[in-house]
Amino acid sequence: MTLKDIALRNIRRRKAKAAFVLAGLLIAVSTAVALLGLIEAMNLDIQKKLEEYGANILILPKTENLSLTYGGLSLGGVSFEMQEILQADLARVKVIENAANVAAMGPTVLGGVEVKERKVLLAGVDFEATKILKPWWKVGGTLPSDFGVLLGSEAARVLALETGDYFEVNGSELHVSGILAPTGSQDDQLVFARLSTAQSLLHKEGRVSMVEVAALCNACPIEAMVGQISRALPDTKVMAIQQVVQGRMETLDYFRKFSYGVTAVLVLVGSLVVLVTMMGSVRERTSEIGIFRAMGFRRSHVIRIVLLEAGIISAMAGILGYSVGFASTKLVLPLFTGSHTIGVIFDPVLAAGAFAAAVIMGLASSVYPALLAARIDPTDALRAL
Amino acid sequence: MSYIHVENLIKRYGNGDAAVMAVGGMSFHIQMGEFVAVMGESGSGKSTLLSMMGGLNTPTSGQYSVDGLVVYQLGQDKRADFRREFLGFVFQSFHLVPYLTILENVMVPLVTVKTNGRTKRSMAEDALSRVGLDGKEHRLPSQVSGGEQERVAIARAIVNEPPILLADEPSGSLDTKTSREVMDLLRSLNQEGMTIVMVTHSPECAGYARRLLRISDGLLVEDVPLNGKDT
Repeated sequence: MTLKDIALRNIRRRKAKAAFVLAGLLIAVSTAVALLGLIEAMNLDIQKKLEEYGANILILPKTENLSLTYGGLSLGGVSFEMQEILQADLARVKVIENAANVAAMGPTVLGGVEVKERKVLLAGVDFEATKILKPWWKVGGTLPSDFGVLLGSEAARVLALETGDYFEVNGSELHVSGILAPTGSQDDQLVFARLSTAQSLLHKEGRVSMVEVAALCNACPIEAMVGQISRALPDTKVMAIQQVVQGRMETLDYFRKFSYGVTAVLVLVGSLVVLVTMMGSVRERTSEIGIFRAMGFRRSHVIRIVLLEAGIISAMAGILGYSVGFASTKLVLPLFTGSHTIGVIFDPVLAAGAFAAAVIMGLASSVYPALLAARIDPTDALRAL
Repeated sequence: MSYIHVENLIKRYGNGDAAVMAVGGMSFHIQMGEFVAVMGESGSGKSTLLSMMGGLNTPTSGQYSVDGLVVYQLGQDKRADFRREFLGFVFQSFHLVPYLTILENVMVPLVTVKTNGRTKRSMAEDALSRVGLDGKEHRLPSQVSGGEQERVAIARAIVNEPPILLADEPSGSLDTKTSREVMDLLRSLNQEGMTIVMVTHSPECAGYARRLLRISDGLLVEDVPLNGKDT
């Protein structure tokens, strides 16, 4: 027979009160877990989407010219001098502080060529990097080898070329190995070749026109990486493409703040439920506490009994609350993300946090009732004495 | 040398004109091993006196000591320790904890004692055996008769073998036969050396004691020896 036994027996005897305390804590903990779990899962969703967005940093040669294109329309007949980046300099990007965040780097050389008496833009790319940078590409045919090309859908239509056709550029015969499905972007207008092939055809060996970089992480220090790349390549202009991501992150941030607010309110309400219920329980047990005090229990023993009860119920609420919150996240997540592919993973830190929060909340709310119990006058409690 | 000293003990409730003098300056000494009955009409102050002797009700003034220990000079915790080590209580309405079994109720005073569980259990079983309640250890208080509940209360009071037993109307809720059984039990405990102070309305129960303190209006009006009933 120990203080813990007395606490457990009392919980069993006053099941309704214990259930009420449990429910108060459970609702607070499970809601907090569900909201935090949702935020975490949505973060993962954004991370995944980021990967689908491809490149999010663009490296361009530094130029004093202003762009003469807008929304895909270019001012015809205007010629401009294109500056280039030395391909060898790109090795410096691999040693920047956040180099580990660089998932892919795609150097591109651009130049105008004549195909079937029509001017067309030839882009030399690294097709391996393109798989990460442009994951939405759907190639009809195969990726080109040294003397092959991949045609944008619009370029193929205008040039009347199909997979397997041959055509000549600057005296070299090129083979159409595949045609891109329409992307809705400028890629539809281009002829793509291997970087080395295009550099050779355009007489731009060792030079590139632009570099696309994919930095794959949801909390990537994009601005910091832009700064690091700018310092590594001082003769270039480095830009972050982050509008979409930033928009989503801001929405998530609002949701995060809202969740913290809701959690705080629920924690407050849960704590009040525990406080009121435990105070009721203490009042009901006045004579019992009087008996304990008459039998030689110190005030600290009475406090320990009340806190043990609260601790046991809170621990149960912590475990159940995490489980219910976890299950709720799984149920609700598809409604928030519209995706069934994002899974909710067991987070030991969140589980431990939920458990600790429940116990702390339960104990903190029971301190006052416990002190009240300890202050009960045994003579008043045992009126019959 | 006396064991229990009550010196000019006063207990006043409230202040000014509304003040009520429950105990108005009582003095007496009790030797170790005495069986003392405290009698008086309702409201005479006998229960207040007993609660002060139990270390539960701080007197307005006066001194109370047991075995040289000045009880109300002790702090709250030390006074709780005093109750555990020196006193056993038997209440009129039993005051058993309803959700604990009979054995667990008897073990309550041992909860805060630093002894292993097996020893505590054995002590509780011995106490139950002394009051004739073998075989009913695992019943709840509601599952036994009033007389048996009173025996459980006595077993709980003696489980840690305190030198003093304070009993408040121990037979007040019992029929005549059961009341006699309980009083026989108290007398046998007294014969084993336990000091007993018992508050009672019943002259028959008081007859079991060897000394009578009669109280009226918070004052000790009579202190006489009794023969005690023959065994």
